[in-house]
Amino acid sequence: MSFASIVSAQERTPAIFETRAATSEPAWAKWSLIAISIAFFSLFLLLPLVVVFVEAFAKGWSLYKDAVTEADALSAIKLTLIAAAISVPLNLVFGVAAAWAIAKFEFRGKQILLTLIDLPFSVSPVIAGLIYVLLFGAHGWFGPWLKEHDLKIIFAVPGIVLATMFVTVPFVARELIPLMQAQGREEEEAAVVLGASGWRVFWSVTLPNVKWALLYGVILTNARAMGEFGAVSVVSGHIRGQTNTLPLHIEILYNEYQFTAAFAVASLLAMLALVTLGAKSLIEWRQKSVLKELQS
Amino acid sequence: MSIRVENISKQFGGFKALDNVTLDVPSGELVALLGPSGCGKTTLLRIIAGLENADSGRVLLDGDDASDTHVRERQVGFVFQHYALFKHMTVFENVAFGLRARPKKTRPSDAAIAQKVHQLLELVQLDWAANRFPAQLSGGQRQRIALARALAVEPRVLLLDEPFGALDAKVRKELRRWLRRLHDELHVTSVFVTHDQDEAVEVSDRIVLINHGRIEQVGAPTEVYQKPASAFVFDFLGAANRFEISDAAQGYGYARPHETELALSAGHDTVAVTVSRVQHRGATARIEALEQARSGPKSDHRYFEIELPQVAVGSLDLFEGKVVHVRPTRLHVFDRQIAQSASAVS
Repeated sequence: MSFASIVSAQERTPAIFETRAATSEPAWAKWSLIAISIAFFSLFLLLPLVVVFVEAFAKGWSLYKDAVTEADALSAIKLTLIAAAISVPLNLVFGVAAAWAIAKFEFRGKQILLTLIDLPFSVSPVIAGLIYVLLFGAHGWFGPWLKEHDLKIIFAVPGIVLATMFVTVPFVARELIPLMQAQGREEEEAAVVLGASGWRVFWSVTLPNVKWALLYGVILTNARAMGEFGAVSVVSGHIRGQTNTLPLHIEILYNEYQFTAAFAVASLLAMLALVTLGAKSLIEWRQKSVLKELQS
Repeated sequence: MSIRVENISKQFGGFKALDNVTLDVPSGELVALLGPSGCGKTTLLRIIAGLENADSGRVLLDGDDASDTHVRERQVGFVFQHYALFKHMTVFENVAFGLRARPKKTRPSDAAIAQKVHQLLELVQLDWAANRFPAQLSGGQRQRIALARALAVEPRVLLLDEPFGALDAKVRKELRRWLRRLHDELHVTSVFVTHDQDEAVEVSDRIVLINHGRIEQVGAPTEVYQKPASAFVFDFLGAANRFEISDAAQGYGYARPHETELALSAGHDTVAVTVSRVQHRGATARIEALEQARSGPKSDHRYFEIELPQVAVGSLDLFEGKVVHVRPTRLHVFDRQIAQSASAVS
């Protein structure tokens, strides 16, 4: 579900229904539903999160510090940041361009473009990784040509960036399309009639109207880019200190029975998730107050 | 600045929105494009603005062919039905937008822009709202801001697409008087689209009646009302009762409610009807009546609206369900073919 529709669904639920006996469900129904959801989320979401941090610090602060500052861990952090730093801006540009095209223009093949944008959601990340191996690997389509020119994509940083980009393609576009479609073309038309150039229309009318949804899409893209395992695992080759991202590094540590170190590095990713959640709530709150302002 | 539209046609898929339309708008006039929804009036306005391309035909602004001029360079002002104000900009920035968007060479200084914006905000009586956001204003105020924004670039022509369509009845009435006064002050050639005949009559110098993508009649409000060129025009400009004429080849005759009377006994030119509603309105009463059962489905039965002086109503002793006879006191006869196209719309 898109961000815009979540917000509007919340907006539509007026608080007044809660306070009137005639329109509310019996108390036991309400409380048992709340209890079930809290129990479920505690068991399956909150408990694992707590366990990550408990295990990470199980053998003290110094071991934690060693685990996250060790050379291989630092290299994994660096590679994860590089992959995110490249794939997020590129997908930001692509997402805005695709959303703009789909929401504001009529053209043949619009539906195909929409379906293509959703492809990474429906394809298993492992397959995404394999596609790149088949294309750019030593025995792949472009393998011989790449070897001739001394270019390495698979089992190297470019492959990891490509795989990360593939799995994060839909996030920005998917956030923007419904919002831009709902806003329509009128404001842009008004700006053009007033003599504004295409760039000016984009920067001073289109972009400000979607900035919160855009930021939200970027945050989701970033979270997924840093946390991706499957696709990256296939193209990485797991070379320590060179082609391991944070999730891959955690797996290696875990497989080597270094549980505390594994959890220590995992806690970094968990913290990223918490920051993402915080930022997401902040943006939702902002967006909501903007909507409220619009409705009043 | 005059506008001339020549042989404009426009098709959307299988739907003919405009069919070979030619129209002249003399400099300084305020012209209404009037017609039912889907008749092509908004499409025509958007083609004049350059927001839509015609399949064939030309648009001339002040005698120059503007068909290939980009909307950016046409120097038109456009006012949208739903205001289309920039939500995230203050009222001041909204009005200043067109001036700020100019290339550096022709852009006025900040001080000149500020002066111009305040002058325009005073003109629309909203100078106090300069630092507010559009969301903080009422619909009528927003539309006045939209008008100020359109006027800021000193457009050669002003185009308004159902400018009062989204407002409630009282504000709409105020705003259209205000628009009339504004036009008398500025004399900028203006075209506005409406489906409300009262609005067109009240505001415009001339009315262009459009139906099914064709112009039915062009004329001053009194002219189109008193000398309607077709049954469609007659029907669209007010309530109309249709009578069949004995000489069937000739077509249909139409009469306004006040050109119709009721009799208790049948005559050679009367239609038997059942009274379905009587509304008393001061000096007159308006009677709605349904044609008495003939053969055919009930939806084919004609509805009649009759306006009578209260005195006449009293002597008829009308009540719901009473059978009486309608007779036209004055009949407007139109060619059969056009009459049929009109009844297909209504």
